[in-house]
Amino acid sequence: MEFVVATTLAALTAGGTYLILRMRAFPVIVGLALLSYAVNVFIFASGRLIVNRPPILDKYGEGIYTDPLPQALVLTAIVISFGMTAVLVMVALGAYLESGDDRIDLNGPEAGADAAGGDAAK
Amino acid sequence: MNHWIIAPVILPAMLAPLIGFVMRHDISLARAASLAGSLALAVIATGLLILAADGETHVYKLGDWEAPYGIVLVLDRLSALMVFLTALLALVVAVHAVATGWDSRGRHFHALFQFQLMGICGAFLTGDVFNLFVFFEVLLIASYGLMIHSGGKERLQAGLQYVVMNLAGSTLFLFALGTLYATTGTLNIAHLAVRMAEIPVEDAALVRVAMMLLMIVFAVKAALFPVQFWLPGTYANAPAPVAALFAIMTKVGAYSILRVHTLAFGPEIGATEDLAGAWLFPAAIVTIAVGAFGVLGSKRLMPLIAFSVVGSMGTLMIAISAFTPEATTAALYYVVHSTFAAAALFLIADLVISRRDTDALVALPPTVQNGLFAALFFAAAIAMAGMPPLSGFLGKLFVLDVIRTPGQIGWAWSAILIGSLFTIVGFARAGSVLFWKATSVPQSDPAEGEAMPTPPVPARAMELAPVFATIVVLGLLAVLAGPVTVYFERTSAQLFDRAGYVGAVLGSDLEG
Repeated sequence: MEFVVATTLAALTAGGTYLILRMRAFPVIVGLALLSYAVNVFIFASGRLIVNRPPILDKYGEGIYTDPLPQALVLTAIVISFGMTAVLVMVALGAYLESGDDRIDLNGPEAGADAAGGDAAK
Repeated sequence: MNHWIIAPVILPAMLAPLIGFVMRHDISLARAASLAGSLALAVIATGLLILAADGETHVYKLGDWEAPYGIVLVLDRLSALMVFLTALLALVVAVHAVATGWDSRGRHFHALFQFQLMGICGAFLTGDVFNLFVFFEVLLIASYGLMIHSGGKERLQAGLQYVVMNLAGSTLFLFALGTLYATTGTLNIAHLAVRMAEIPVEDAALVRVAMMLLMIVFAVKAALFPVQFWLPGTYANAPAPVAALFAIMTKVGAYSILRVHTLAFGPEIGATEDLAGAWLFPAAIVTIAVGAFGVLGSKRLMPLIAFSVVGSMGTLMIAISAFTPEATTAALYYVVHSTFAAAALFLIADLVISRRDTDALVALPPTVQNGLFAALFFAAAIAMAGMPPLSGFLGKLFVLDVIRTPGQIGWAWSAILIGSLFTIVGFARAGSVLFWKATSVPQSDPAEGEAMPTPPVPARAMELAPVFATIVVLGLLAVLAGPVTVYFERTSAQLFDRAGYVGAVLGSDLEG
């Protein structure tokens, strides 16, 4: 169980980081989405991995229960990351339509004229 | 429980949707509401400042849930000071945005502006690190909208970079909080302080990772090297009033480092003591260097000011990284000073640039009111560079005075003094090109057949008032340095009184 969750997290984080470093709008958006999935699972796991137990105490406060707080935290995190991704898509779309280019890194107004040239590859 | 404590969050939170939905088609109504809201916020913040001046730590329990089970807002001298600073700056910026017409160059300026204030005030007031994350997101999502206000190719590209940078930062924030919760089992700052003191040094590896992640996230907001690179592009391309408001955003990062580290990870907590300071200090030195070289190398006015902001954050972080009450007093003075100095520069730059059509540092024929603009720019620049008589000089002197550690003093003094020299040279060059050489450039006569270009409009009193207000604040800060410093001394004494904070938030039964 722990192994599966840990490797999933690692794969999601590595993929997300790689995609963000591509510095193009679409891979960056997908990369940030992957990272936010990873962090959601991570927060969920921060209350320890307990299977098939309710997040509430039973009548006498006995027995095993799973920590309810990370579930509340992760709900907040999901809502926020969803909203942020939507904003990011809109901004990226706006920037692409304005400039005809989906690069994330800036090259400054001085170099603006030769932006389409060779430094796009870096 | 004093309900006014939550008012700086509630007021903009109620006003913003009203402006966004009800007054969306009527700019003058939105302006009136936004200005009235900013004024009310300033009044409330003044009230809270007086309330907090008694030295007590006021706790507001949301839903009356006891901490650490519920979320708390905490008002002490530091929070009250920061909220007051925000409100004052917001009022100045709102007047500037209305007077210059920036707010009508795109939609929803005032709604986003109020949401931004809600996020900033909330971040200053909260006593819970997850709640701090939520308020960070509120202020960020509003700042995305403000950053790309009125659009344009370069601004949208810079905005996209800013959004991506901060989303990555938010993810890191959540990783830090997850690790922190997994190791300590709490996210309330006061409760964290109690739990951190109980963690033995040999079991502290994970919590040290969590703390450093958290510090990196705050360093992104505070524009500290090596995560400062988003700031020049963002500030230089943001609308000028927004850039002036963003002067407080870097301080949110600095405040978070100060608050969270001092209370939860700071002195006398064996597991994490000295860890952050050891990293923050060299980072601050490099940040000053980046700012100084940036100021020298800028070919446009807005990046020049943005780099001077980076440099001032470096100076501020040198004071913060010491984590002693004396150094924090100096840091607080410098926080107030650098916020208004940066705001003054961005506001005067806006008045100048809007009459020159370009912010490139090249000599153009003088526009209207050349002498007045030159004087204002000169005043703001000497404040930022740290020359007498304005508060920048005293602020830097305080910082230099508190750095006494033998290994640090040489680095800190050299960095601050050489950095100041570079900043002075950079600003002097910019000012002489913009205002002085301009007088020797002949007015070009329009070619035959072309219409005479319409001369730029002189700045009205309403447009000049915000700039004057910021410079007056800087002057007052220098004149009243004595009483102000006494207040800051009490503020930092209260900040370093961990037992007092924990006792106020958790009550006596959990006090440890």
